[in-house]
Amino acid sequence: MALAETLPTEPAPAAKPQGYWSGVGARLIRDPLTLFCSAVILGLILAAIFAPWIGLADPYKGSMIARLKPLGTEGHILGTDEQGRDMLARLIYGGRLTLFIGLMPVVFAFFIGSALGIVAGYVGGLTNTIIMRTVDVFFAFPSVLLAIAISGALGAGIVNSLVSLTIVFVPPITRVAEAVTSGVRALDYIDAARATGADAFTVIRVHVIGNVLSPIFVYATSLTSVCMILAAGLSFLGIGVRPPEPEWGLMLNTLRSAIYVNPWLSALPGVMIFITSLCLNLLSDGLRSAMNVRD
Amino acid sequence: MLTYLIRRLILVLPVAFGVSVICFLLVQIAPGDPLTAIMPVDATAEEQDAMRAAYGLDKPLPVQYAIWIGNLVQGDMGKSIASGRPVAGEVFGAVQNSLVLALSAAVIAFPIGIFLGFLAGYFRDTWIDRVVTAISIAGVSVPNYWLGIVLVIIFSVNLGWLPSMGAGPGGSSEWEWNWLHIRHLILPAVTLAVVPIGIVARTVRALAGDILTMDFVQALYAKGMSRADVLRHVARNAAATALSVMGLQLGYLLGGSILIETVFNWPGSGFLLSNAIFQRDLPLLQGTILVLALFFVAMNLIVDVAQAAIDPRIQRT
Repeated sequence: MALAETLPTEPAPAAKPQGYWSGVGARLIRDPLTLFCSAVILGLILAAIFAPWIGLADPYKGSMIARLKPLGTEGHILGTDEQGRDMLARLIYGGRLTLFIGLMPVVFAFFIGSALGIVAGYVGGLTNTIIMRTVDVFFAFPSVLLAIAISGALGAGIVNSLVSLTIVFVPPITRVAEAVTSGVRALDYIDAARATGADAFTVIRVHVIGNVLSPIFVYATSLTSVCMILAAGLSFLGIGVRPPEPEWGLMLNTLRSAIYVNPWLSALPGVMIFITSLCLNLLSDGLRSAMNVRD
Repeated sequence: MLTYLIRRLILVLPVAFGVSVICFLLVQIAPGDPLTAIMPVDATAEEQDAMRAAYGLDKPLPVQYAIWIGNLVQGDMGKSIASGRPVAGEVFGAVQNSLVLALSAAVIAFPIGIFLGFLAGYFRDTWIDRVVTAISIAGVSVPNYWLGIVLVIIFSVNLGWLPSMGAGPGGSSEWEWNWLHIRHLILPAVTLAVVPIGIVARTVRALAGDILTMDFVQALYAKGMSRADVLRHVARNAAATALSVMGLQLGYLLGGSILIETVFNWPGSGFLLSNAIFQRDLPLLQGTILVLALFFVAMNLIVDVAQAAIDPRIQRT
């Protein structure tokens, strides 16, 4: 009896179990660099979306007498381009197309590649062989070459750029998704789920996706910076966005003729590409460590 | 080792086949009739049909592919639409110039990348590590075509030290190893080297960092081995992986130099490719991509075999 009395009658108050996502959030809050980079990306996206309402000059309206004005010109804080159009306005409007074509292919490829990779990894066998050997063929092309080859054959245009870049990023995402899924597939709890009679679709939906999406997602974010650089690169080559649309790669190309007149002005669109891709890379690194994904 | 080599060679065949199919299909996905580029505008329907038959374009796709691949293995890659010259000759001339550029970039990038990466891995979590990590992140993030323009602005426009275009004096496209030509090589090679410096540094940093914390390193120090000798053991352990990353980077340098070649008007395969795109010269486009992709496949094969040859931990059967 005496023993029973000394035992605590109520269980010690357990710490509130912390969910995976609140843990990720807590780690992100303590990572100023990642927060700063997300703020920069968010700022660029918001500026691009709300460009018409923040009092910018018309990015299409040029002036024959105000061409290639240097940085700091009255009324054109970042100068004007080779047709006298306001650089600040064109750089901010340029974010619309550059960010769209730079980010959407990875989003598309994330869905297509995850689906292909999860099916290949879960089903295995012949399905796996067919999907993965096809993917291998695309790995025989350096990504720059593949993007340029497809865009070069299809011709310039926004849709063609989206198509060619999506094709470039589906294979690597499929490969990662397949590797992660086959790892999960081999675990006992999947066998247990199958033993209860659940069909493949249910097992994938309930038990597989939740465990494989984080690493695939983190991997996909690491591709966004390359995709941005490639997308702007296609326009730079003249097989992406067509003039007179403001787009950073295209602006870099058309301003090249001005490097002897106003050199630093002509480098500005590239600064935007660099800042964006740098922030995307740092953001991806931050997410990787916050989400505890190891490669 | 020989069985491994043969097995790897056999595994390459389906990939090479797939690459050729993709290159063949590239022309098929191109919008517009391939004949419009070569036929006069007033050609009659019969003349067009005759031309179509002459080029074999009236046959079903698999037959067209078989004819194309049959010619290909005999070294016939068709004729360029723009210049009328055989594609094979044009491509190989250009690939030589690209190789000069890619190898020079590799010679610059690999030692710097290894040095920086090793430094960061050795002095992990110190300011040296942070500086190197910053350099390598900047290196992989920079759009190198823009960096090329910036270097031209600094060294050609402002300082006037180096030429900004071409591969030799007077726009010559024949490469020679003399100062007049090397002057033209410096800026594009340095530009092209920046991304691989970042990637190699990052790889070597991770490798060196991991190996240095392994037990065998402690054991070597414990038995009184000198620092230099220990580092030699570490280097041997890292060599196989580092080598494979560098081999792949060399392949990327050759296949991915198109943007840099465009910036500097370097008369290589990338320059040829962008000309082919703008003149809608599809046979030339197809041939250039095929050669570059097959080179990349061969590079992958060499890397795998070399890795197996120097690293006894890899299964060779």
